[in-house]
Amino acid sequence: MIKILNIGMNHETAPVALRECLAKESANTDLALATIRELACIKEGLFLSTCNRVETLFTTEEVGEAKSAITSLLSRLGGIPEETFSSVLFIYEDMGAVRHIFRVASSLDSMVVGEPQILGQIKDAYYQAIREKTSGVILNRLMHRAFHVAKRVRTETGISDAAVSVSYAAVELAKKIFHDLKGRQVLLIGAGEMAELAARHLLRQGVGSIRVANRTFHRAVQVAEMFQGSPVSYEEISGQLLEVDIVVSSTASPEYVVTREQVKGSLRKRRNRPLFFIDIAVPRDVEPRVNDLDNVYVYDIDDLKGVIQINMAQRQQEAVKAERIVEEEVIKFEKWLNTLEVVPTIISLKEKAESVRQAELKKSLTSLTALSSSQLEMLEKLTLSITEKIINDPILVLKQKADRPTREMYLDIARRLFKLDEDDDEEQHHGSP
Amino acid sequence: MDVLLFRLALILILVATGGFIVYIIKQHKPVYRWSYRILFAGFLCHSLFIAHQYYAMGVAPVLTMKAALSFFSWTIIGIYLIFHIKFRLMVLGSFIAPLAACLMIISSTIPGAEVHVKPIFRSAWLTIHVGTIFVGNGLFAMTFVAAIMYLIQESQIKNKRLGSLYSRLPSLETLDAINYYALMYGFPFLTMGMISGAIYAQYALGSYWRWDPKEVWSLITWLFYAALLHERLAVGWRGRRAAIMTIVAFSILIFTFVGASLWLSDYHSFRSLGGRAGL
Repeated sequence: MIKILNIGMNHETAPVALRECLAKESANTDLALATIRELACIKEGLFLSTCNRVETLFTTEEVGEAKSAITSLLSRLGGIPEETFSSVLFIYEDMGAVRHIFRVASSLDSMVVGEPQILGQIKDAYYQAIREKTSGVILNRLMHRAFHVAKRVRTETGISDAAVSVSYAAVELAKKIFHDLKGRQVLLIGAGEMAELAARHLLRQGVGSIRVANRTFHRAVQVAEMFQGSPVSYEEISGQLLEVDIVVSSTASPEYVVTREQVKGSLRKRRNRPLFFIDIAVPRDVEPRVNDLDNVYVYDIDDLKGVIQINMAQRQQEAVKAERIVEEEVIKFEKWLNTLEVVPTIISLKEKAESVRQAELKKSLTSLTALSSSQLEMLEKLTLSITEKIINDPILVLKQKADRPTREMYLDIARRLFKLDEDDDEEQHHGSP
Repeated sequence: MDVLLFRLALILILVATGGFIVYIIKQHKPVYRWSYRILFAGFLCHSLFIAHQYYAMGVAPVLTMKAALSFFSWTIIGIYLIFHIKFRLMVLGSFIAPLAACLMIISSTIPGAEVHVKPIFRSAWLTIHVGTIFVGNGLFAMTFVAAIMYLIQESQIKNKRLGSLYSRLPSLETLDAINYYALMYGFPFLTMGMISGAIYAQYALGSYWRWDPKEVWSLITWLFYAALLHERLAVGWRGRRAAIMTIVAFSILIFTFVGASLWLSDYHSFRSLGGRAGL
């Protein structure tokens, strides 16, 4: 009886120091897949390695042997003795392994639940396994189902809706204030990683232009070049407040860069157009009382982190829905796996032939009215022997293959040739790339 | 026939309102689509009802409180349907439909009285007067709803408490734009309504202006909206302050519409319109 297993470690089970050992060698995947192909006890295998997880998904008939082979493979790859290792490894078997891979693909097992990268990484891992020919009937089916589950989770739940990074949360807020960011003017005061990230997000949303102010004008010119913006001097900030819509501030200045008086003076001239300050600096650049002014909104780093926390909580709620979808799909997959045995396949082959025979017989009998009972009997015998003869050879082949290692492949092909899985849609036919 | 159409419209509007409320909670798009269709069907029934009444009486059906409320509700829904084409805001229905439904419910609870339509009411000027005033009122109802939505959304963003309505409500800019458009179009209608009313008064009563309480309150309402529009256009008022002012102005409008008609008015009151005294 074939078993599906998953052995590995992720951000929950293993500290980063250990994961690093395995992830740093980019050639590890090739090596792992090559080893998997060599190992007789492993039929199909796939190796997934990202910065948060290292996993081997495989099928085997000799569980004990395969487990120790994979564990020693992992220890060799990372250069870590097996003893240190075994405590951080997780081992999932059968439907546990199926559920796990579905959860990983739908980003339920990620450090940031709902993050979109993992699906791409898992697809890459699968395509690599295909290239190395370590993936077969069961893993092909399993992985395509996993991609399908990920798609369902993404479209049917709001798991990746709300922003969970500071710069992205700021952009989302800007959209709730301005609706459309196209053509809006942005002023970037100071520079820093987070501010630049926010500026990049804003540009992607189509903001009109970015102006950059910096204590040292030279630096302002540099940063402005990065965003095809225009540099302005530090003293011009007051004047710029009349024109811009969004201000991203992240200077190292110990006192406020933008004061309430400054903003208040500009409001009437701005004709009260909304003004949104994103203050990423610590200590803060924008005087908090600026937020009290009408049509002016100030979000500092703590406010943005607060927003993220709410969004995180929302994602957790959506994750409950996603888990239900995963559960549904696990049950479906289990059903399919159970049919991948010789006897059930032969039974459904016979049933299919019989149902075709009955349907065709019924169709013809409506026009063949004047038949005697002996003729009817003949017709019955004739059709029966035709269908039996036709499926006899396929059944013999399947019986012969019952104990061969290629059994799954023959079963899978038989099921496809005779279309024995009714609910089976296009999903698995755009199969192997 | 009349009663049947009215009942049908009422039921459809109530069902649609329920759907819109479910939509804002559950965020299921199909619920929204069906609510919109049902509301549209209700609006059609309601239109037939009003057309039938107009045909039967020869004057816009606003002579009783019952009819006026139903007509008001009809214009609000009509304007929502038009605004939907421009703004495509699904959540707007969840705020507009309950308002329209409320008016319909109040209207349906008022017992219908036999209306005797005096010949003097059968004037084109009266129909123009009533029609423009009600379109104006409907548009102002839209400004009111947009202002309430704006204040909810604004306070969430300002106070950094992003509740469950935050993601459901549109952006501040959109809400302010709805408020602005509805005001821009509503004000000329109100103005036309008052002028045509004066012309009708001259024609029917012999004087343009009689210091009737409803006339006075209408003038106050008009002045409020004129001030609001002026501030918006000339000074650049917008956002929270404009929203609060919108709500104040609409409250005065409602007082003029209901209060002045019921208790204060002389010949504008529904009692006298109903046919016993007045005019």
